[in-house]
Amino acid sequence: MSRRSAAALKVNEAVPVFAALADPTRLRLIGRLAKDGPLSITSLSESEPVTRQAITRHLETLGQAGLVRDTRLGRERVFELDLKRLEKARQYLDVISAQWDDAAARLKAFVEEHP
Amino acid sequence: MTATAQPSASSSTDRIEKKFTVSAPRSRVWRAISDSQEFGTWFRMRLDGPFVAGKQMTGNITHPGYEHVKVDMRVERIQPESYFSYKWHPYAIDTNSDYSKEPMTLVEFMLDEVKDGTAVTIIESGFDRVPLARRAEAFRMNEKGWEGQAKNLAKHVEA
Repeated sequence: MSRRSAAALKVNEAVPVFAALADPTRLRLIGRLAKDGPLSITSLSESEPVTRQAITRHLETLGQAGLVRDTRLGRERVFELDLKRLEKARQYLDVISAQWDDAAARLKAFVEEHP
Repeated sequence: MTATAQPSASSSTDRIEKKFTVSAPRSRVWRAISDSQEFGTWFRMRLDGPFVAGKQMTGNITHPGYEHVKVDMRVERIQPESYFSYKWHPYAIDTNSDYSKEPMTLVEFMLDEVKDGTAVTIIESGFDRVPLARRAEAFRMNEKGWEGQAKNLAKHVEA
């Protein structure tokens, strides 16, 4: 039970991260930040078909999920990836991994109880 | 270990590996994995025929609460007593979604004889190709799954 509770807590924590990522524009923004490093809102807006305001809102959503952080550089806001939080995406594997643990235990019990 | 595992060049988010030993001869474990009826018993899935390399198959989950879920899988390779693999869509439990065009993961079973029985290795790989949005969905659904599991457990220990 304790292992499951701990895993469930981790899942709760990861949900906002995935919710923030589950949008094509935001995923592209993450992709650009990963490839090109810290970027201003101006340069992030250039390659997107939506308004600068929309991009700002998307970046703020990513910021609230802890995926990016921003600093002021003169009159510009520059965004960069917060890689530690992105690592939470890894926890998806914990879900599937726990299922394989259960399946493995059932396989073991099955062959040992039905010789 | 057979040399059929995926190259280890894959990233840490790409694969799950389980290794354990069972107190049963290799031939017994092989039957539990390669006989689709036996596989279905412990995996909790009713399959529509025997496993044949290259064959497309459908399974019906028999796990309580998931009986409406159908699983599409393709048998990849069968090497008697040592290796069995298939491809499927991981965590494809949303019946309203069409998973058919999405990338599949590869599931491999490897058997080795050890002193007191059989060493079993299970590897599922290819997760890096699964769309992030789909991974998010697996989280949401599993939360519900966990609630159900917790209730089952509570019932069990209180009985």
